[in-house]
Amino acid sequence: MLEKGAIAPDFELNATPDQKIKLKDFKGKNVILAFYPADWSPVCSDQMALYNEMLNYFSKYDAQIFGISVDSVWCHLAFQENRKLHFPLLADFEPKGAVSKAYGVYDDEVGESKRALFVIDKEGKIAWSYLAPLAVNPGADGILDALEELNKK
Amino acid sequence: MSVLKPEINDQDHIQGNDSASVTIVEFGDYQCPYCGDAYPIMKEIEETFGDQIKFVFRHFPLANAHQYAFPAAIAAEAAALQGKFWEMHDALYENQYRLNAKLFDELAETIGLDLEQFQKDSASEAIKARIEDHFDSGIRSGVNGTPSFYVNGTKFDGGAADLYQMLKESTE
Repeated sequence: MLEKGAIAPDFELNATPDQKIKLKDFKGKNVILAFYPADWSPVCSDQMALYNEMLNYFSKYDAQIFGISVDSVWCHLAFQENRKLHFPLLADFEPKGAVSKAYGVYDDEVGESKRALFVIDKEGKIAWSYLAPLAVNPGADGILDALEELNKK
Repeated sequence: MSVLKPEINDQDHIQGNDSASVTIVEFGDYQCPYCGDAYPIMKEIEETFGDQIKFVFRHFPLANAHQYAFPAAIAAEAAALQGKFWEMHDALYENQYRLNAKLFDELAETIGLDLEQFQKDSASEAIKARIEDHFDSGIRSGVNGTPSFYVNGTKFDGGAADLYQMLKESTE
């Protein structure tokens, strides 16, 4: 897993069937990446629901959050609609898990992303990363602490 | 280990024995079905352990997922201004199955609030800010879903039933 200080590997992933997100387009903004195993599974949904309530906190720290899993764009779309999520979910779908692997958070055995959080600073460097036990929703206090730390600089 | 931030203070809604050895804080949402399930268990905990327990409730409404969560928290806070937080708290959970926008006035009347004052208070910015402070406290304390419990200031990994079990074992 990539740690603090590493350059965050660039990626280009679909957020919707016709919209791609490039990490490097977000230089100058803090970025939160929340890798999670799968849409619809109970813990993930709570986790995404929590971040959904926190979008105004993240924008206060000039940060954009992305959820990432190996689910397809159509699956993400349905999940997003069902849970009324107001932030992008990226599909690490083809080649499967490539971005998760680049960040060192792919679980080969089950073929899903691990539950991992990254806070990337405005220069594209990883400022904080955290790997949560699979069935545990990591909450958001770690993310906020990391963003606060960045704000102090 | 996640700890409760800020600590319990005189702004909190506190029930039970002030000098109890066990303080339980719940972060809850009035529309969350899991919080609804936890409600009778919390009552049972308070009854079973009586004086040993102090119970504090802080709001953690998932407003995007639950459309009545925030209005319900407002109703509880407006009732608190008339000294009836816990009466409204209980009424909200007991009527969770029929939660809707019209329920709040009805419950306010049932528990004997001054309705006009209740409606006026429900529109106040101060109450909104208070609920947001609770939510903020939850985020800072590592709340990851509802309900989340803290026992003597430290996050408890489990639900209300686990809490009951733990208390039972520790008092035996």
